[in-house]
Formats: sequence, structure tokens, C-alpha cells
Amino acid sequence: MSGPLKRRIVAVATWIGTFLLMLVICLPGLWVMLTGFRPNREVLAKPAIWIPEQFNLNNFAKIFGFGAEQIAIPVPAYFTNSLVIALTSTAIALIIGMSGGYAFARFRFPFKDSIFLGLMLSRTVPGIALSLPVFMIWSRIGLIDTKLGMIIVYTALNIPFTIWLIDGFFRQVPKEMSEAAQVDGCTRWQAFWKVEFPLAKSGIASAGIFAFLTSWNEYALASQLTRSTDSKTLPVGLMDFTAQFTIDWAGMSAMAVIIIIPALILTFLVQKHLIAGLTFGGVKG
Amino acid sequence: MSEIKLTNVVKRYGRVEVVHGINLEIAHNEFVVLVGPSGCGKSTTLRMIAGLEEISDGEIHIGDALVNDLPPRKRNISMVFQNYALYPHMSVRENLGFGLKIAKQSEAMIEERVGEAAEILGLSELMDRTPAELSGGQRQRVAMGRAIVRHPEAFLFDEPLSNLDAKLRVQMRTEIKKLHSKVKTTVVYVTHDQVEAMTLADRIVVMKDGYIEQVGTPMEVFNHPVNTFVASFIGSPPMNLIPARVESGKVKLADGASVPVPNRLADKVRDGQDVIFGLRPDDMTPEGHGINDTGQVATLELTVDLAELLGTETLLYTQLGGQDALGKMFDPRDVAAGETLRFRLSLDKAHLFDATSGKSVRL
Ligand SMILES: Nc1ncnc2c1ncn2[C@@H]1O[C@H](COP(=O)(O)OP(=O)(O)OP(=O)(O)O)[C@@H](O)[C@H]1O
Ligand SMILES: [Mg+2]
Repeated sequence: MSGPLKRRIVAVATWIGTFLLMLVICLPGLWVMLTGFRPNREVLAKPAIWIPEQFNLNNFAKIFGFGAEQIAIPVPAYFTNSLVIALTSTAIALIIGMSGGYAFARFRFPFKDSIFLGLMLSRTVPGIALSLPVFMIWSRIGLIDTKLGMIIVYTALNIPFTIWLIDGFFRQVPKEMSEAAQVDGCTRWQAFWKVEFPLAKSGIASAGIFAFLTSWNEYALASQLTRSTDSKTLPVGLMDFTAQFTIDWAGMSAMAVIIIIPALILTFLVQKHLIAGLTFGGVKG
Repeated sequence: MSEIKLTNVVKRYGRVEVVHGINLEIAHNEFVVLVGPSGCGKSTTLRMIAGLEEISDGEIHIGDALVNDLPPRKRNISMVFQNYALYPHMSVRENLGFGLKIAKQSEAMIEERVGEAAEILGLSELMDRTPAELSGGQRQRVAMGRAIVRHPEAFLFDEPLSNLDAKLRVQMRTEIKKLHSKVKTTVVYVTHDQVEAMTLADRIVVMKDGYIEQVGTPMEVFNHPVNTFVASFIGSPPMNLIPARVESGKVKLADGASVPVPNRLADKVRDGQDVIFGLRPDDMTPEGHGINDTGQVATLELTVDLAELLGTETLLYTQLGGQDALGKMFDPRDVAAGETLRFRLSLDKAHLFDATSGKSVRL
């Protein structure tokens, strides 16, 4: 077999393999999205209707409280809660992650490695294992079913990861950058904002997006620590669609779509940032 | 008036002392090169002058000011880094103007200074590119441009040429020399390359293990090394250093051969002293092929193990005092391996170092 032909076959096989793999990964998600646009009747039909016959926005109108059919689930409140909790915890995690990441990348201090290892080890504990202790403490100090309580939990959950990621990006910025800026007349603070921060920007952005997605999608802890519209987030709200004997699959899927869309948009942003990477022409190339 | 003055400057990292109380005065507009093997503390010394590294002990003055506790931005110096450290997210123009912009200079003045620097360094065509779009030599020039726009009191260079290929290095070396004659400023230049040191410096500072071994003009350091380290470090190929003993007016080499004690050093040695006999390859030449072989000369028959033709000269690998030694043949003819030649050793150029201290017996 000649070289080019062989290469072609390998390329096609790779393509097919990738396609199948992506199909397996994406199909459930796609099915959920499709379901969101179809009436419950059709979703539950037996035998199954594979090709959608009706396709509309009724489910969305319903869960947001428009249109003829109403549903007793306060989606707008959940959406607001999710947004406030995810954005606030992300912002805090980023500020702390940036300070911590910079410190780990640039400074020497006692027990640096142990602290870093400790941070990483804290990531190995599954979130659900923390739910009982957190629940007990939160109930003592009155943080159960509050946005603040959730913000604190998610911030804590995200910090090790943001520190780790941002540390990696600052490490890639040679310390001579900051030194050159300082010799050029900057204070350390100016050198950070004018030179080091712009260079690590895309890394910090991706850390932020990861943190946001973690908070946005988290279910296990939120289901234990929230009760009402005061703090319930979208993933927890999904469970409102299950009644004792029935499940409103269509409504639930519509809500899932609402959860997925911001996540999807942000994921595309992450991708752009991660691929863009950093160009280090300033250093020997 | 000295521009930069180091007094008993010490640097410790934790318990480890890496610079051991060095003293150095650098004059206004002088080009001083710190040279030494890797890890000898050159960069550390330079960075202490820049303020990027704290001083553990001693004093550093720049101009009239004690700068021990001044941050880099208040020292009025500029620095060219080994990896250039250009700002990748800025154009060449912005890179050059960055320092002036931070100092809140007027647009007009920034433009003028940047233009002037670009002119001197031939960067005018490249002003809107980013560092990633430049070649190594161009980046190097931008780094130097960034240093000169601020008209600082001193330039500090840390191995600025070591990332360039051999040819470009030679070219940039002359450019730096020209730059210094155009932009008269004090320069402290770090390198481990003794050729760079010899060609660029007004004065060379030879360092080793955190100590200054010798300070002097390139001529002084080359012709009068104070110890065996400087003797072997400066000059390429390095000086032959052969263990020997002074016996009744002769320098007896380990293999029994001997040469007279050089006349000018006769009263510096005593009988029975263990010494190191130092002779540069240029001063050890076959009869009829030398350039320094007048004055006091010793002749020895030596067997050539290997001859390397370089063009205008041939390197002759031989044995002297039981050690590998290198001679040179100027205006060369073909030499076969194993051939025995009469070498003339120019004793006027020879050095004697005390075997125990390594110091030149002149001192
Ligand atoms: N941050 C540091 N912590 C501990 N030791 C250090 C540190 N920086 C440098 N040293 C040590 O100080 C000594 C001098 O280092 P320096 O960088 O000044 O050497 P150098 O002469 O510039 O060498 P090179 O030619 O390799 O650049 C070395 O032994 C080095 O290991
Ligand atoms: Mg160095």
C-alpha cells in the first residue's frame, strides 16, 4: 500500500472514530435539548417518536410563567440565585486565586510546597463528603438556605483550582518581565498590572470560567444547603419537576437547556482562550 | 568621580554566601565587564546594582546617592536582560516608550526619544511589529533601544549576546561597542565569554566563586594575570600552566627538562620554591615560526602529537613537563604527527606562579 493512501485511510478512520466518540458523549445532551422543545405528550409517547413532530417554545414560556399553561416553579428566582451565587463566588475565587497564584509563582516562603500540596489534596475530597459537616456548621450559624452560605461554599471549592491554574500561567510569564518593568520605572504593583497581568490574562479568564461553571452546575452540596427561592439554584430547581408520581420531562429539559446555554457559551470562550495561549515573543524565541 | 561604587558588598541566600564582600569603583562613562565562569556571582552582582536583588551587607552608591534601599525605578539605571524581556503584548514603539510613559513624559518628548533610539539602532522600519515578529538580533536591538531612551546614568547588561548565534554575536558585539561610543554612558556588562570581555571592556573584572580575582584593562589582565585562575581564564587558547620547581636559577619542569628563570622574575623567586610555569601558546613557537621569540628565549626539542591548521597559524599539541601543552606555529608549514621540532619559549612573556597560593610571583 502506498504512503499517501495509507495516510488517507488512517485520517478517515481517525475521523470516524472521533465522530463516534463525540456521538456517544453528545447524544444525551442533544436529546435533552431536543426534549426541551417538545411537548411532554410526545416525549412520553409509546412507541417512542424519534423524529420530533411538534417543535416549539411552549415549555420555555411555561417555566417562565408566560402563556396559557402555567407551572408552579419559580424559575426566574432560581436563575437569579444561580447567577448571583456563581458570579460572586467566581469573582472572589478569582481575586484570591490571582493573589495566591502570583504568590506561589513568584515568591519563596516557608512551607510553600506543603501549602500547595494541601490545596491540591483538598480537591481530592468529593464535594458531597463535605455536605454533612458544612450542613452542621451552616445550620449553627444560620447560613442554611442563604445565598451567602452558597457563595462561601463555592468560593472555598473553587479557590484551590483557581490558584493552581493561575499559578501555572504566571509561571509562564518570565520574572524578567516584571523586573524589566521595574527597572523601566514601575512599582511592583504597576509592573503587575501593566505587564504581568496582561500576559496571564487569558489564563485568568479561563480560571474564571471554570470556577463559574463549577458553581453554576454544582448540585450535590446545593441540594443539601438550600431550601427555598431564597437560595435554590437552577440544578436543584430541576428536581421541582418531579412530583410524587409524575415527572415533567419536557419542562425539566427546557430548564436544563436554560442551564446549559450559558455554560455552553462560556465553554466556547474557554476554548478560544486556552487555544490562543500566550505568545512569548518577548523572550528568546 | 566614580559613577558606581561597591563597598564590601555581600550577598547571602539564606545561609549560603554567594558574593563575599566585593569592592569596585566604576568611573563615569566607563565600560566595565564582569567576567567569570558560570555561578561565580556576576549576575547577582549586576542585579544588586540594579536593585533587583537585596544587598545582604555593604554599600552601593550610584552617582552620589547611597542606593542600598532604593527600588530599581529610583536608581536611574536601565538593564538589558539575557532573554531580552521585551513586553510581548506591546509593539516595538510601545516597548521603547514604556519607561518614558511610566515617567509621565509628554507625548512629543516620548516620540522624539523613541525616534532617536530607533535611528541609532536601525529600528525605524520595525516600529509597529510585536516582539514575536522580530528576529533574535532585532529583539536584541529593541532591548538595547529600551535601555537608551531613558538616558539613564548607567546601562547594565546581563549576557545580552548569549542567545545569538556565533556570527550575529560578533556583529552585535561591535554594535554595542559603537553604541557606547555614540551614547556615552557608564556600562556594566556581564559575560562568561572572555573574548567579549577583552573586546568590549575599558576595564575587566574577573570573578570567581563570589570573589573578584583581578580588575584591570584588557591588556593588564592579559599580560599580567595575578594568579593561575586569571591566567587560564583570559586568553584563548588558554595559557599552558606547567608545575615546576626553582633550582639554582633554573625552572625545572616535572619531566626533568628545564628553562632559565626569566630574567625579569629572577629576584622574585627563591631556590627550592614550587612554582607553576605559565606560557601562552603564542610564546611557544617552532624555530622560524614565531612572533615573540626575541629577547630571552629558551629552546626545547618537543614532539608534536597533533597539529591543527587554522589558516594563518597552526596549533601544535605537545608535551611539556609531563603535561599536555599547546604551541603555535605562525606562517605555518605542514607538520606531521610525531615530528620533533625545536621550540623557542619566549621567557620575556613567561609567568611564574607560586604553586601553593597560585599567585603570581611578581606580587
Ligand atoms: N535565588 C537564589 N537562591 C539561592 N542561590 C542562588 C540564587 N540565585 C543565585 N544563586 C547562587 O548564587 C551563585 C551566583 O549566581 P549568579 O547567577 O550570580 O551566577 P553567574 O555568575 O551569573 O552565572 P551564569 O554565568 O551561569 O549566569 C550561584 O552559585 C547560584 O547557585
Ligand atoms: Mg548569570
